[in-house]
Amino acid sequence: MSPATIRKIVLPGLGMVAVLVLWTAISQTVAHDLPSPAKTWTESRRYVLEPFFKDGEMNQGIGRLAFYSLVRVAKGFALALLLGTPIGFLLGMSKTFHESFDPIVQFLRPISPLAWLPLGLVIFQKSEPAAIFTIALCAMWPTVINTAVGVRSISQDYLNVGRVLKLSRWKMLTKIIVPASLPYVFTGYRLSLGLAWLVIVAAEMLTGTPGVGGFLWQEYNSLVYSHIILSVITIGAIGLFLDRLMGLVEARVKTG
Amino acid sequence: MAYLDVRGLAKSYVTRRGTTHVLGGVDLTVDEGEFVAVVGYSGSGKTTLVSLIAGLLVPDAGDIVLDGARVDAPGPERGIVFQQYSLLPWMTVYENVALAIDAVNAEKSAAERRAITEDLIRLVNLTPARDKRPGQLSGGMRQRVAVARGLGMAPKVLLMDEPFSALDALTRATLQDELTRIWGERRCTVILITNDVDEAILLADRIYPMTPGPGAVLGDAIEVALPRPRSRRHMSLSPAYQKARHGLVDFLRNARRGVA
Repeated sequence: MSPATIRKIVLPGLGMVAVLVLWTAISQTVAHDLPSPAKTWTESRRYVLEPFFKDGEMNQGIGRLAFYSLVRVAKGFALALLLGTPIGFLLGMSKTFHESFDPIVQFLRPISPLAWLPLGLVIFQKSEPAAIFTIALCAMWPTVINTAVGVRSISQDYLNVGRVLKLSRWKMLTKIIVPASLPYVFTGYRLSLGLAWLVIVAAEMLTGTPGVGGFLWQEYNSLVYSHIILSVITIGAIGLFLDRLMGLVEARVKTG
Repeated sequence: MAYLDVRGLAKSYVTRRGTTHVLGGVDLTVDEGEFVAVVGYSGSGKTTLVSLIAGLLVPDAGDIVLDGARVDAPGPERGIVFQQYSLLPWMTVYENVALAIDAVNAEKSAAERRAITEDLIRLVNLTPARDKRPGQLSGGMRQRVAVARGLGMAPKVLLMDEPFSALDALTRATLQDELTRIWGERRCTVILITNDVDEAILLADRIYPMTPGPGAVLGDAIEVALPRPRSRRHMSLSPAYQKARHGLVDFLRNARRGVA
């Protein structure tokens, strides 16, 4: 085996084994309620092997649950981009807008999804729009900030080309400012998607809507702890997949 | 009054560490259809001079009048070929040139604009690369695109800011020859900024030497009495070349010693 294969396959495999051993050890010594890996697999098998079964609203295959969560995240993420991108461009382009709204952005940015969700429930009276509102509000900040930074760091050379050609404001925006800041914007999108996925669990747990996060909380309440672990693993896997996917999109934008 | 008339142009930059006087009263005239070069040491303020004429910077004092109109903002009638090319990397060669063509020919039809763009790309020998992006081009090819874009602005005066300084010597010679050919075809008014005395003599009708900064000024223009078309091979033997070269080199050396 070549050293490259060892590094790429064998080492991560060893890491995985180490974690499983540690997990088993903990479940058999200090935390007796924590299901061991073997028990987790036995109790979760049906959810993984038949990922799309549906026995009732709250008892469905993990694929089906993940799909609900992904649709919810997609809506929240789309709303985050729809709001965040123009705000980012305005912050980057207009000094007046920046001075007026940057303090508010800095103030709203660190607020936790747990704080927004009850407010969303108050405003919308329903859990689904409240969840989407929360996802959008928490996930939009990286898009806002990266877009603004991207616009501000456009090379003066490019802007000078536009000035010499006396491009209209609209052409300046579409031909120079937007394409020049696109790599930054997409970095923002990737970070926003990661945040949206982080927020979904909290949103579903609090609203009890069907999805991976809702399932996790329900199974905790039903004392089926192995399904908590199943949910956690699913959330991690999907999060990783989404990040890689956006990473590919981002790389395309950067080289194109 | 000359076609382009620059009088008493001064510019200082204020930084945290103090004020730097870059230009201390630059006078320069260019006639219509004339090719004028400004030669000076690196860092003497040549790029500042171009940026002022282009209207990208505002002078502290002095006037720029082009064809009877005062210059106070950038505009395509002062087309510019930037030192660092400044091509838009997300656009193809064609799109980069077309951006300029479309901006100055708004009244023309799309077909006419396309024809002008294709013409210019052919003029700089880039037709095979028309759909490539700047990142896929060599430095020499990028600078050709920049020249095509500059010409595409149909400028009253084309400003060239050390256009070939980032290129290797061989590519530079090729592009100088091409610029001679293009200028022979188009006869536009050009100001070429350079730190290369031979480049200036090969290309220009008149050459202004620039004193090293701070507070740079231009010396009296030196006429290049070489007939056109010029050839770099035969040029160096002619008395006209020797005369222009000595005049420039003497001025620049004395200026550096602080005699001029």
